[in-house]
Formats: sequence, structure tokens, C-alpha cells
Amino acid sequence: MPFLSDAPLDLARLTARVQGPERGGIASFLGVVRSEHGGRAVVRLDYSAYHEMAEAECGRIVAEAESRWPVQVALEHRIGTLEVGEVAVAVVVAGAHRDEAFAACRHVIDELKRRAPIWKREHFADGGLDWVGSTDVGVGRP
Amino acid sequence: MTSSASTGGLTVSVLLFARYAELVGRSRVEISLAGGATVGDLIDEFRRQVPESLTLPRRPLCAVNLTHVLSGHPLRNGDEVAILPPLAGG
Repeated sequence: MPFLSDAPLDLARLTARVQGPERGGIASFLGVVRSEHGGRAVVRLDYSAYHEMAEAECGRIVAEAESRWPVQVALEHRIGTLEVGEVAVAVVVAGAHRDEAFAACRHVIDELKRRAPIWKREHFADGGLDWVGSTDVGVGRP
Repeated sequence: MTSSASTGGLTVSVLLFARYAELVGRSRVEISLAGGATVGDLIDEFRRQVPESLTLPRRPLCAVNLTHVLSGHPLRNGDEVAILPPLAGG
């Protein structure tokens, strides 16, 4: 099952993938495009990725979570152009109880943000355009 | 560079993404190195051969063959090395 998707993410479909009669706790996280960043109004974001590595890294993150806690994890990240309010990432974790579900869900979204090679470019309402997190550029300038 | 004539040279593919691809004006560059070269050696050589890359950090985030690595990671012929801008998923 691919982790990157160019179609809208569907929480119900992801939940159905991890639900089971023995799993009484389901935790989910949705990351949604915000209308503001750094005091500027945002109208949309373009997400891109190093596809092969993002798939591999997401697979490793999910496998880690499923070996560390007794849970089933569903994870998808959207790629392409997203408007404010659209879901960019969805994590759904099902376990026997809430403790492992919450802990594993938090782990998966934190590690995805830290390790998955995914980038976003913001389109601002004032017409500006910028890559998120690009402040390192120029550090190596001689 | 930690060159070693006995191990021969190697060629790797450098992949660039997002802002870095825009800055360098390319998304893929082949670079030849002496045997025994590390990711750090590759970045130094890349900066010498591709002037546009001088705007990138001296020690950027790198991956080899789809896995994050540190700059001391040794390279093998045919490796695919990605230079990754700051990650911004989620």
C-alpha cells in the first residue's frame, strides 16, 4: 500500500484498514493546510517528495511503531497542490487500548516530520512563493 | 580526499530536490571520485565542479540509496546520493 497519494486522503478508509474486533482504541492525527505562516496569509501549498525514499522511510517508521507497540498503523501523505483546509497527512493507529494507540500515533507523525523527504512550497495571498524551511540556503555561501 | 589508487575510482549519481534543484538548475548530476571517498568528499567535489551548488550548505542532509547517512559514510560505485533540503512533510 503506497504511503504517498495524489488523491484526497480519506480518514474513514484508513480507519477501516486498521480496525479489528480485538482493537478497542483507535487514535488518529490529521495534518491540515493552515491559512497562515509566519504572519503571512497562505492560500495553498505544493507538496513534493523524493518518492522512492519517502515510501521507504514511511515503511520503516510504520514498521518501527508496529514492533514497539502492539498496534496496526495506517499512514498516508498527500503530494501535489493543496488548498487551505485540505488534509496533507493522516495517521491512524489501532491497538487494544488507548495508551499504545496515542503513543504510536505521536511517534509516527513526529518521525515522519523528522525523516520523510517531503517538501512544501507556500503560495502567499500577497503573491509571494517560498519553500518551507529553506532558511539554511546561503549558509555555505563563500 | 581519502583517495586510494588501489581501490580504483567510482562514479555516483547526485540527486537534487525542491529548492536545491531550483538553485543548482539540475535534478541529477554524475560525479566521479577517487576510491574510498565519503559523502563529505562527494559534497566537496560537487561544490568544486558545480558552481551553482555553492549556495547550498557545506554539510547538507544526505541520503545514500534511500537511507539517511552522515558525512563519513563511505561511497561505492553506482551509489545514488540525494542532497536533501530541510524536510517539511506533514
